Amino acid sequence: MNQAIRNSWIVAIALFALLFGSISYVQFFAVDSLNANPNNNRQLEMNFCGNRGPILVDGQAIAESVATKTDCKFQRKYNDPLLYAGLTGFFSKYSGQYGVESAMKDELTGTSDSALFDRIAQAFTGAQPQGRSVELTVDSKIQKLAYDSIPDGIGGSIVVMNPKTGAIIAMVSKPSYDTNLLATHNKADFDESMASLVGIPGINLFGSSAYKQLYAPGSVFKIIDTAAALESGKYKKDSILPNPAQLTFPGIEYTLPNYANGQCYTQDKASFAFALENSCNTPFASIALDLGQDAITAQAEKFGFNDNSLTLPDSVVGSRFPGSEGKLDAPALAQSAIGQRDVLSTPLEIAMMTAAIANGGKQMAPNLVQTVRTPELKTVSSLKPEVLRQSTTPEIAAQITDWMVSVVDNGIASAAAVPGVEVAGKTGTAELGDGLNNSWFTGFAPANDPEVVVTIVMPEVDVATGAQFTSPNASKLFKAVLKK
Amino acid sequence: MSQLLTVSKPRRNTELLLLVLALAMSAMANGLVNLNLGRSFDNDFYIQIAILTVLSVGFHVVLRFKAKYADPVMLPVVVALNGLGLAVIHRLDIASGDTAGTRQWMWTSLAAIAAIAVVWFLRDHRILRRYTYISLLASVILLILPLVPGISAGNVNGATVWIAIGPFTFQPGEIAKITLAMFFAGYLSSNRDLILLAGKKIGPLQLPRAQDLAPMIVAWLASVGVLVFQRDLGTSILFFGLFMVMIYVATSRISWIFIGLALIAVGGVAAYQLFPHVTRRIDVWVHALNPEYIGAAGGSFQVVEGLFGLANGGLMGTGFGQGSPDNVPLANSDMIIASIGEELGLVGLFAVISLYALFIARGFRAALGTRDAFGKLLAVGLSFAFALQCFVIIGGVTRLIPLTGLTTPFLAAGGSSLLANWIILALLLKISDAARRPIDVSAMPPSSETPPTIEPTQKEVPAP
Repeated sequence: MNQAIRNSWIVAIALFALLFGSISYVQFFAVDSLNANPNNNRQLEMNFCGNRGPILVDGQAIAESVATKTDCKFQRKYNDPLLYAGLTGFFSKYSGQYGVESAMKDELTGTSDSALFDRIAQAFTGAQPQGRSVELTVDSKIQKLAYDSIPDGIGGSIVVMNPKTGAIIAMVSKPSYDTNLLATHNKADFDESMASLVGIPGINLFGSSAYKQLYAPGSVFKIIDTAAALESGKYKKDSILPNPAQLTFPGIEYTLPNYANGQCYTQDKASFAFALENSCNTPFASIALDLGQDAITAQAEKFGFNDNSLTLPDSVVGSRFPGSEGKLDAPALAQSAIGQRDVLSTPLEIAMMTAAIANGGKQMAPNLVQTVRTPELKTVSSLKPEVLRQSTTPEIAAQITDWMVSVVDNGIASAAAVPGVEVAGKTGTAELGDGLNNSWFTGFAPANDPEVVVTIVMPEVDVATGAQFTSPNASKLFKAVLKK
Repeated sequence: MSQLLTVSKPRRNTELLLLVLALAMSAMANGLVNLNLGRSFDNDFYIQIAILTVLSVGFHVVLRFKAKYADPVMLPVVVALNGLGLAVIHRLDIASGDTAGTRQWMWTSLAAIAAIAVVWFLRDHRILRRYTYISLLASVILLILPLVPGISAGNVNGATVWIAIGPFTFQPGEIAKITLAMFFAGYLSSNRDLILLAGKKIGPLQLPRAQDLAPMIVAWLASVGVLVFQRDLGTSILFFGLFMVMIYVATSRISWIFIGLALIAVGGVAAYQLFPHVTRRIDVWVHALNPEYIGAAGGSFQVVEGLFGLANGGLMGTGFGQGSPDNVPLANSDMIIASIGEELGLVGLFAVISLYALFIARGFRAALGTRDAFGKLLAVGLSFAFALQCFVIIGGVTRLIPLTGLTTPFLAAGGSSLLANWIILALLLKISDAARRPIDVSAMPPSSETPPTIEPTQKEVPAP
């Protein structure tokens, strides 16, 4: 009988051994995967009330944690929220984290792997865990100027970046909103604010429209057609392109008209310079039909289209040009080649495309974070410019730069000019029907040694409004950045 | 009857020292909760610690008089577990505004007093053998009670195991665990020779006779009945495990284990096929982390929240009052292990489980040491059932096995469980007292039943 008792005891102890094993698994080996589970809002709740590090612009906090007298010890506070809502994002107990707040959360809460030793030290000294500060690449003056240059009630986005480093100098979009409304600890206030904010047309609550929203790019896409044409070897810089008043398609009723506002109708053959200066449609549609969809897709991808993995560090919505999975028929390809129909782009992607031309064909990874520092101001990491991809050859980039300079000097982007500085630019007008367009400007300066790229989009405006607020504002921003 | 060599020392002073440690730990746990959650050390704190001290020291003094040779470790282990449970329940009350803590203090007092009464009035555990069939009757009544209209509390959290009388609710199944163990111990100690010697031998397996199989069939039916009518998978596993280990110990025949496992396999497959709630339980367990199952009614939300809590605690825990154990449904009863794991970490949980293992080991030690078959069987049955209960609920919370609603002994909020487990403590203490007491034949009560059975001689090995 005693032997049977001992055997039963062994079974009981074996059951306990299994328990020790399963607890070790859950509380040690599976901790990271459980904490990272998307259904786990415990970490969020824990650091919602914690002292997160600030987000800084020019040394000033645009997001900081302020001590409260309630159980929830800290309240996240956003300064100049309208200016920075699209960059900081917000941190809500009820909806989650967005923008830099989300992308840099490990650094802001001090829980990143590199902060492990800090945490161990804190455990011994009893100090409250404190997050790291995240300094952005943004220039507050340019940010303000860019924000103010978009008229209230119309909306739009502006990206200003350094083509050589990829650093974002300014990134704004309107309509914006007060992120403090969503960071509230009060559920009822949050619900009410959320309900009224989501109703604002054109608003993007979870990151700037400049990198979260897709628009038809219109004629700025012709830069990619031009690069594809030159790269194919079938076209030379002095090739003469067909420029009919309208493009017809055998057996199909559809016709593609040339751009109505400008000089396009004056000649039925065009050089690249003339076609770009006047933003004629039919020459570029012809190029696309001649080269075929695959060539255009490949070139678009070399400039950053169809890339869904880009981060700022917040994730950037991928711009789209249909590839092998979406075969276009001839009219669709012709329309897409002039930035309509099946092609969609974020303003950031257009800025990156422009930056690649400005930087000798080398596309730099865009970046919003300059420096991460510990509470003791020790630098943990700082921006290292990184080449994303070679978009085109230096020769083609230089050639396109020349033509873009003449677009500003002689063409329809003349309002973007800055006295004493050579500016390269390209406009775009994507027709949305009912007389409304997405009005674009993208360009850089100085053309011989580019320091700044400016991309502006005014979605859903008439032609006059677009012309009023794109190129002239680009000129203002060039002047401000170059201090002219 | 084989005996282990035990130096007959009362060791009551050891118990007193351990009790002081257990009480200090309970006081500190309760104090930390108050400190970390910004509560003052009000009268309640001092009164409650005083009550626990009076109860434990009272129990200790009664043991000095009534069960001088009882195991010195079990009572301190139970006081430590119960004190920790009270601290955790108090901590969760602060988060939720509940008053479960106050009820738990009342039940703790009542349960401890009941246990003291058992030690005081039960002169010898062998007396219980007289009530073998009364125990069976009591078990049946206790198991049927939750189904009786008028006193049934209906379907609570998916199982019909509660009765409600006035404002009080009670889980009779907890007490049935003890009465069933008493019945099996009495029945098997009286009939083990018949079960052992009769029957055919096929290969290495000694098969029992059909009539000797009857109690096993009864146990199997009772377990299935609990599963079908009360929808209580955990208790069903517990009862069947209890009976299997007792018949195995009574006969030392491994064949019973195979027969039992075969019955479990049949019952398990049939239950999975026939009962949607069992199928659902298993599915929810397998797909626990699937968002569809987390969101579904009766899905895995509870167990997954518990896992998130445990992960949040990690190795060292967040500290009392620093985690969010109140996110987990039933945080102070079924899921109290997740609450402890979150705030005290893997380290704290290992300590708790070590205490359980210690308690069980001492129970088995009492079974090895006691001289009568009834005592051995009762001690093994109660200890093993206790171990199985810990395994089923803690394994359920950590997703080792599907989660079923068994209580976590001495920790979880709930009166019936406290009462039952304190009585189990009292019974094991009585049996260990008999085991460790110097042999004194005159102390044996006159037995009205069969004479003591002869145990085959076995090689002695040190106790575990």
